[in-house]
Amino acid sequence: MTENILPRHQFEVSPENSHYSKKIVRSARIKETLIKSYFAAAGTAALIFIILIFIFLFKEGINAFNNIGLSDFIYGTRTMEDGTVKTVYEWYPTSENARYSLLPLLLGTLLTAIPATLISTVLGVAAGIYLSEIAHPKAKEFLKPVLELFAAIPTVVLGFIMLVIGATFFQDLLHPANRLNAFVASVGLTLVIIPVIASLTEDALRSIPMDLRNAAYGLGATKWQTISKVILPAAFSGVSASIILGFGRAIGETMIVLMASGNAANFTMEIFRSARTMTATIAAEMGEVSQGSDHYYALFFIGVVLFVITFFLNLIAEMIISKMRKKNTF
Amino acid sequence: MKELKISVKNLYLKYGEKTALDDISMDITSKQVTAFIGPSGCGKSTFLRVLNRMNDLIDNCSITGEVLIDGIDIYDKNLDVVNLRKRIGMVFQKSNLFPKTIFENIVFGPRLNGVNDKNTLNEIVEKTCRQAAIWDEVKDRLNEPALSLSGGQQQRLCIARALAVEPDILLMDEPASALDPISTAKIEELIHELKKNYTIVIVTHNMQQAARVSDYTAFFYMGKLIEIDKTTRIFTKPSVKQTEDYITGRFG
Ligand SMILES: Nc1ncnc2c1ncn2[C@@H]1O[C@H](COP(=O)(O)OP(=O)(O)OP(=O)(O)O)[C@@H](O)[C@H]1O
Ligand SMILES: [Mg+2]
Repeated sequence: MTENILPRHQFEVSPENSHYSKKIVRSARIKETLIKSYFAAAGTAALIFIILIFIFLFKEGINAFNNIGLSDFIYGTRTMEDGTVKTVYEWYPTSENARYSLLPLLLGTLLTAIPATLISTVLGVAAGIYLSEIAHPKAKEFLKPVLELFAAIPTVVLGFIMLVIGATFFQDLLHPANRLNAFVASVGLTLVIIPVIASLTEDALRSIPMDLRNAAYGLGATKWQTISKVILPAAFSGVSASIILGFGRAIGETMIVLMASGNAANFTMEIFRSARTMTATIAAEMGEVSQGSDHYYALFFIGVVLFVITFFLNLIAEMIISKMRKKNTF
Repeated sequence: MKELKISVKNLYLKYGEKTALDDISMDITSKQVTAFIGPSGCGKSTFLRVLNRMNDLIDNCSITGEVLIDGIDIYDKNLDVVNLRKRIGMVFQKSNLFPKTIFENIVFGPRLNGVNDKNTLNEIVEKTCRQAAIWDEVKDRLNEPALSLSGGQQQRLCIARALAVEPDILLMDEPASALDPISTAKIEELIHELKKNYTIVIVTHNMQQAARVSDYTAFFYMGKLIEIDKTTRIFTKPSVKQTEDYITGRFG
């Protein structure tokens, strides 16, 4: 960057141009160039970091392929006591006959993230509608910061609350197979995702022009008809993007699921059994693993899978949001 | 003698502490066009919104006085606002079609009233589009997005959409202010046509337009109704000097 600036810089301070008004123009131009190059440098640095992370993750992930192999990430074999060999879907990286199936972890992630997203969609979208369309401005002035404050609570605190209070509450209420289970973790996740969905939904609804509401009311629509037949359809892409981003957050969230899911890598679809997510696995095992071992590379591979999933979710959401922006510029 | 449609008595309106309408009383005649004129900010739009209670949607707005439509007080506590708005069509300054198809825009009102029969809806669309003089331009593209139409077409579609609920009063807030002369002429022609069946109130900044389309003209100034009279009279020998000054452009 600096090589580009220097020649022009030298040209500008040459004695022929040292007229007063030109001086002002020149100093303004230098300032402009400096500001521009600062932002260019900052932007480039951020991009380079992301690319480096990407390269690092994928390099280590590819090592996992060389050391372990794709099929081993799906299933493994175990010799039973009677000598028969069974195909199993297990995550047992520390056993002598290590098994690296990601399926129980993937199931664990989905089993916590999907219910959490469903619950959060219902409640979060409703909260967004309430904030944007129904709440009195005074109530909104109070509720919006509360919602944002909620989103800022450290997740370890939420995980702790679920571990101590939430789990006991649901144990007494539903008598689950395991005290800590996927459902408890999902409920914990909703505490993080509801604010995300609610505030993004509110943004999407608020961006719908007042004119459309007036048009609906002018035609004799009730408040609810206006919301359901005009505002929600017009904001459809924004609301769906908020749900997708919420889902991405649910998949990426670590602390809550680590503390509340029970952390047993069960190959199961039962929501009331303990589960273990991909994120929790990395968090729990990365500290103890010896660098360069198969286990180490397997954890990196999980990281790659997570990266790819969240990357695509964000990409989809981004596409939907930019489409929404185009559509709403009347 | 024409029939009385709307009768307003001693109406005051405040936005918070600020008085926007100050003791307005006027009668609006059935199946005639009444034009509201006056400088920007004098309360024309506000008064128009009084007539279908759109001001209810504005938080700090308070109203006293009486508005009778067909002899019924529309600010009565027991009156159903939603039904009132169905009887009064409104066309806004900026066209505000829904991001839906042309067809769905027009049938929005009828659908609210529970009309879902495809044939009935088709008939409504054709009838109102013909009334709004836009049928030829949209008949082959009813399922295209309404926002793909030109500004003038959109505004006429807004009129069609308002007519589809079969109102008997049509309120128009500067419906042609953003349009070219040809679209404007079409809308004016349309107003002429519509007044056979509808009572029309139109806000306009265009003196010629007021003179061309309206039977009565009301002149507002700073939240007050200065005078209302037959348009021919307002534009030839108004009884208040202020009106004359405004119309002849000697205002200030
Ligand atoms: N929602 C509102 N809240 C507060 N004040 C308002 C609101 N709407 C209008 N006003 C005020 O009421 C007064 C009348 O406004 P109104 O829009 O009725 O004027 P108008 O005659 O239609 O003007 P124009 O010709 O520019 O459309 C103005 O002083 C305006 O600032
Ligand atoms: Mg106005």
